[in-house]
Amino acid sequence: MKKVIKYVIIDILRNKIIIAYTLFLMALSFGIFSLEDNPAKGLLGLLNIILIIVPLVSIIFSTIYVYNSAEFIELLVSQPLQRKTIWISLFTGLSCSMALAFLFGAGIPVLIYQADITGFMMIVTGVLLSVIFVSIALLAAVKTRDKAKGIGIAILLWLYFSVLFDGFVLFLLFQFSDYPLEKMMIGVGMLNPIDLTRIMILLKMDVSALMGYTGAVFKDFFGTQTGMGLSFLVLLGWAILPMWFSIRKFKHKDL
Amino acid sequence: MIIATNISKKFGSLHALNNFSVTCNKGESIALIGPNASGKTTFIKTVLGMVVCDSGFITFNGSNIKNDWQYRSRIGYMPQMGRYPENMTIGQVLDMMKDIRKKQVKQTLDEELINLFELKPLMQKRMRTLSGGTRQKVSAALAFLFAPDVLILDEPTAGLDPVSSEILKEKIIAEKKNGKLVLITSHVLSELDDLVTQVIYMQDGRLCFHKTIEQLRVDTGQDKLAKAIARVMQKQ
Repeated sequence: MKKVIKYVIIDILRNKIIIAYTLFLMALSFGIFSLEDNPAKGLLGLLNIILIIVPLVSIIFSTIYVYNSAEFIELLVSQPLQRKTIWISLFTGLSCSMALAFLFGAGIPVLIYQADITGFMMIVTGVLLSVIFVSIALLAAVKTRDKAKGIGIAILLWLYFSVLFDGFVLFLLFQFSDYPLEKMMIGVGMLNPIDLTRIMILLKMDVSALMGYTGAVFKDFFGTQTGMGLSFLVLLGWAILPMWFSIRKFKHKDL
Repeated sequence: MIIATNISKKFGSLHALNNFSVTCNKGESIALIGPNASGKTTFIKTVLGMVVCDSGFITFNGSNIKNDWQYRSRIGYMPQMGRYPENMTIGQVLDMMKDIRKKQVKQTLDEELINLFELKPLMQKRMRTLSGGTRQKVSAALAFLFAPDVLILDEPTAGLDPVSSEILKEKIIAEKKNGKLVLITSHVLSELDDLVTQVIYMQDGRLCFHKTIEQLRVDTGQDKLAKAIARVMQKQ
């Protein structure tokens, strides 16, 4: 398993996109922090950009990478290796690369400018988001044989998680604004890792007052240790479940 | 050594393999022959576990291959079209395979083909820059590299020049003499004459016959395999 992971990581590093991504994140983070004189405000700005970019790069790069490694996977499958091993190695290699890119690109600037609990949260959730979208990408790639279709699905999934989902939630809120939906919103937030991450970090930043009554309900839930622990578990679930389904599918796939 | 029992595989509505059963023993050299799309490659891929059959099962040395993967360390496979990571060099591909397969079995490496095909000077070349023939040479070298007990060669000489093709045939004959099981598919029947001892003829995913080459010669009254098969096809 280690050997396969090694070859995946070498291969990813060789195509330099991941290095460009790291440098881009770094330039972005340093840029935002140096524009704002208040690092807390800088972190807020960075959060909004990271929540868009990290999932996008993670899901698109991973999907394309899996399709481009079709030959590599085919070669490995005919060798004495378990299919599960091959797929998990691919996942680990991709996750490590995306997570490391985020740690170097965004983690270092955050630690320099805002090395408190909020900054730390941001790094941890950013890494988790990277892994989650690698996992979703693998599921999308294993389900569809056609490359263009697979990448299209990956883009649509990203669009759904970052834009459409919020639209649906807003729609729901307006339609049912006569009902107390605040508690339900916690559950709805769990359905989208990006929203969950956003809520978790915003609440650490003490800007929850801006969110009115919902903010207070959120604070009640996410402010407690149980709430935080539960949210992290949900994020972990988002990373593991798609991956688990994709392993099951890959085991029976014809190559 | 390899026993396939009633295996079936459908791709959409196409029956690639239809209740196909066959037994291959150690020391045999078997030609898989059949028209295009008769299921030869699908059968080979099912043996390797690259395609999972819908029903039926395959055993390798008595154990079902379904949940096994170790058995593949005893197979050398040369695909019809070798597909390799495009931006790796020949040397890197060979090293990677050595690295991946080394721990399973302590074995000596058989680098004869690498030398005979003169691949050494090409080691720094990237896979995407290789011609079809050189790719075939790499595939062949990889299949023989780990001195496996079973060799599965899918159209081994397609795309090879006459000299290399001859080298490969010599090598196959030598391995056959070593008592290995060799499975070959090919459309160039004339070159199979001195390579194989048995013939499996497939059509539409079904087994038409599985005979020794002597038996086939007697049955058809033809000395050459190409003519014998032609006779069989006419009869149908």
